[in-house]
Amino acid sequence: MRKRESTEHVVEVATPEFEKTAQKKEARRGLLMALPSYLYLILFFVIPLGIVLIYSFATRNRFGGTDLSGWNLESYERIAEPIVRTILFRSLWLAILTTVICLVIAYPFAYYLSTRKPAIRNVMLVFVMIPFWTNFLVRNYAWRVILGNDGPFTKVTEFFGLGTHELLFSQKAVVLGLVYGYLPFMILPLYAAIERIDGQLLEASRDLYGNGWQSFKNVLLPLSMPGVIAGSILVFVPSLGAYVTPEILGGAKTTLLGSYIVTQFLTARNWPFGAALSFVLMAVMLLMTIIYFRKGGRTL
Amino acid sequence: MSNAVEPRGLSKIGLQINGWLVYLFFYAPIVLLVIFSFSESRNVGKWGGFTLSWYEQFIDSSNARNALENSIKIAIVVTIISVILGTMSALALERFTFKGKRVFDALLYLPIIIPDVTMAVMLLLFFGEFFEILDNLFGIQLRKGFWSISISHIAFNISFVSVVVRARLAGMSTDLEEAAVDLYASRWKAFRHVTFPQILPGIAGGALLAMTLSLDDVVITQFVAGPGWTTLPVYVFGLIRKGVTPLINSISVIMLVSSMLLVGLSLLAERTRRGG
Amino acid sequence: MRKTRKLQVLGAIFAISLLAVTACGSDDDDSAGSACEVGQIDGDLAMYNWAEYIDEEQLAAFAEEYGISFTLDTYESNEAMQPIISAGNSGYDVIVPSDYMVSILIEAGHIMKLNLDAIPNSSNISEDFSGLYYDPKAEYSVPYQWGTTGIGVNTAVVGDDFPRSWGLIFDPAISGAFDGQIQLLNDPRETLGAALKYLGYSLNTTSESELNEAKDLLAATSSRLAAFNTDSADEFLTSGETVIGHGYSGDMFVQFLDQDNYEDYVYFVPEEGGTKWIDNMAIPFDAPSPCTAHTFINWMLTAEQGAALTDWNYYDTPNQAALDLMGEDPDGYYDDLLDFIRNPELFAGGVDSLESIEDTGDFETNYSDAFVNAKG
Repeated sequence: MRKRESTEHVVEVATPEFEKTAQKKEARRGLLMALPSYLYLILFFVIPLGIVLIYSFATRNRFGGTDLSGWNLESYERIAEPIVRTILFRSLWLAILTTVICLVIAYPFAYYLSTRKPAIRNVMLVFVMIPFWTNFLVRNYAWRVILGNDGPFTKVTEFFGLGTHELLFSQKAVVLGLVYGYLPFMILPLYAAIERIDGQLLEASRDLYGNGWQSFKNVLLPLSMPGVIAGSILVFVPSLGAYVTPEILGGAKTTLLGSYIVTQFLTARNWPFGAALSFVLMAVMLLMTIIYFRKGGRTL
Repeated sequence: MSNAVEPRGLSKIGLQINGWLVYLFFYAPIVLLVIFSFSESRNVGKWGGFTLSWYEQFIDSSNARNALENSIKIAIVVTIISVILGTMSALALERFTFKGKRVFDALLYLPIIIPDVTMAVMLLLFFGEFFEILDNLFGIQLRKGFWSISISHIAFNISFVSVVVRARLAGMSTDLEEAAVDLYASRWKAFRHVTFPQILPGIAGGALLAMTLSLDDVVITQFVAGPGWTTLPVYVFGLIRKGVTPLINSISVIMLVSSMLLVGLSLLAERTRRGG
Repeated sequence: MRKTRKLQVLGAIFAISLLAVTACGSDDDDSAGSACEVGQIDGDLAMYNWAEYIDEEQLAAFAEEYGISFTLDTYESNEAMQPIISAGNSGYDVIVPSDYMVSILIEAGHIMKLNLDAIPNSSNISEDFSGLYYDPKAEYSVPYQWGTTGIGVNTAVVGDDFPRSWGLIFDPAISGAFDGQIQLLNDPRETLGAALKYLGYSLNTTSESELNEAKDLLAATSSRLAAFNTDSADEFLTSGETVIGHGYSGDMFVQFLDQDNYEDYVYFVPEEGGTKWIDNMAIPFDAPSPCTAHTFINWMLTAEQGAALTDWNYYDTPNQAALDLMGEDPDGYYDDLLDFIRNPELFAGGVDSLESIEDTGDFETNYSDAFVNAKG
């Protein structure tokens, strides 16, 4: 029982009815808070998505347009083709690899960042973002130059006696490019989550466990888990659908899911199939997100 | 981090090295970019003597300048609106329970997982239909342009901002907030003075992310833009198709500097507002 | 719950009603341009073109002469441009589709019939460009520039002694020494087309067996490549990333001529034949200023403008008057440009060996699927 002074200076006593109305008020507030975004997304996302969903059941007509009459599941049946499976697994593997590498690099960085003084922290953070205000495509092309034959990278490895390493147009180059492109997406949420942890907790846990690794595993990691999950999703998802980096740095020699979908819309002009592929991709990603969340102990 | 403890010994060295390596990694292509924006040779990668001609070409091209202007205008509007809506969504999801919350949660993830090109296509179709309906029913004739692009960018940015802010909010103990509610007369004041400062790093991160995503978007913008409303990344994308020359570098450097100025100005504004 | 459910239901109803409206179809006004007169202006010019295909200064000159303003937006492929035009309300007056895309747009009713009375300068178009397969009566489009797709070679590395054939790419016996330094276009029609030509077939074949042969050849070649790439074919050659490249004539010329060692580079269309493509000016069905568009097209067809265009992008022109002007070259301004881009040695199999890409209708997806399967 709490005595509470409201603006009307009436003292209210907590009764079950009072609690219930308070809860209802809270729920309404929550709904009101969510409402603008909710409506926005329904109008400008769900409805357009509905249009594409309908297209996925349509057929491609002779000149690449879409025939809405004659609904069918042909586009979805094509998903069972072996080539689609190859592409899907290849893309999944690449995305997982990228996410893990990003996590390993970003975590120590975010941690270190959060232990700096506030003034320095902000500067460091901005300096993380600055490279990403150049154009995404151009950054990829810059890497193409760096990793190319006779480029700075191979010159450096030669200088250190490590031999010539022409990474361009290899799988490694693609991973490098993807990690480069999505590392900030891992750093930002990680930083946001780690930053709010009380340093005293960590100090105490270090004393308790006696070594840093245990302290990390049992205290820091669980506390920062929301950041880990958020960052992983923000990296995994775009990596799965990436097509620019694999084309520029990988030489487009193997097809990934992103390129495959783009090809359907922008080259083959087979919109129904492109739509079907998109929905399958989104379903897979949503499923994985839900599983990931449940494991991490969050709601969804 | 409050009461942060300075790392010690080996871990300190390790963390510092990791930090420097990350920055080196981030800036290697940028340094390359800047250097070759001054190179005479058409080939990026082959130095051809110092020149400012690529910058001149940019300044001479009204198309390129227009594209840069458009990008910045759109980025500003999009970031502001996305941050507001995204933060509200994050708060709603992390601090309240209401009917339909699960659906809302899932809904917010859709813009993150949808492939760019699919979103581009769906918005193209949507605006086509939408404008036609408006025309038929109300006789209002709208054109694709600034608002169709901004609306599209906001549509995906809300989700990204909310993810970052939620990572901040999650697990954040509500003790302070509850105390504030007891202390302050209104919920709004409690928010402004207690919750808001605490989630500010998350909001700042979300804002940076939103701005970056808007400035970088190609496919979606391409499909929902109208004549004269090309943005810089779309413009660069078209140029690249014709050949990668240092012109693209010089445009990127200009873009970079503009972004830095924008952020610098807003930080300055923040400082003066706070009173130094 | 009720509130959100209601919203969802509302949303669904909205979506379905949208489709009902779609089904009503759009109004193709085929005759919007018929009222235009020569030199008439009815608004500003909004052009949608490939990047680096027209000098902004040239557009500015047009705009100044007629007292209007202009905008130039760019796209990077026909397939990226077409949905935007087809969706309607794009806001553009003039677009520049390639040959096969013109036939697609005509069939879809998304470009308007031209009022040829408002384009008297179309008489400047060379005889070679009449009766084009995609627009036989030239009612919907006017040729803009044309070019070829062929092979670029760095003779400093490969030497000069190679067969002028697609085998230079596809036959390991010829170019096995250069594995990892060969590039093919990342374009199903062009690349499978090259394989088809090498195998002796038409690049517009609708035969599954022929396409499969090409697909197998491509699959075998794929591991010998540095990359599949469409935008940097010429740069890879001059930067040393590749020594044998598959690319477009004009791009190659511009890149080669910019090098100090330009004599090292050679571009040719192999003897088995290659792609000839023609880009055209057309007017979208709902162009806001169709008369301005007609005037612009007419203006571009003058000798001076045609020559200026070629001089800027190094592609070949269908404009006979421009060709004559550049041939005469009274001020020595064009500096043997024609000789360079019209060098007969460019077409190892002769001009007749060139074939234009045509839309294969329903078979089109077979090409893109074969391409994906070839890559593996």
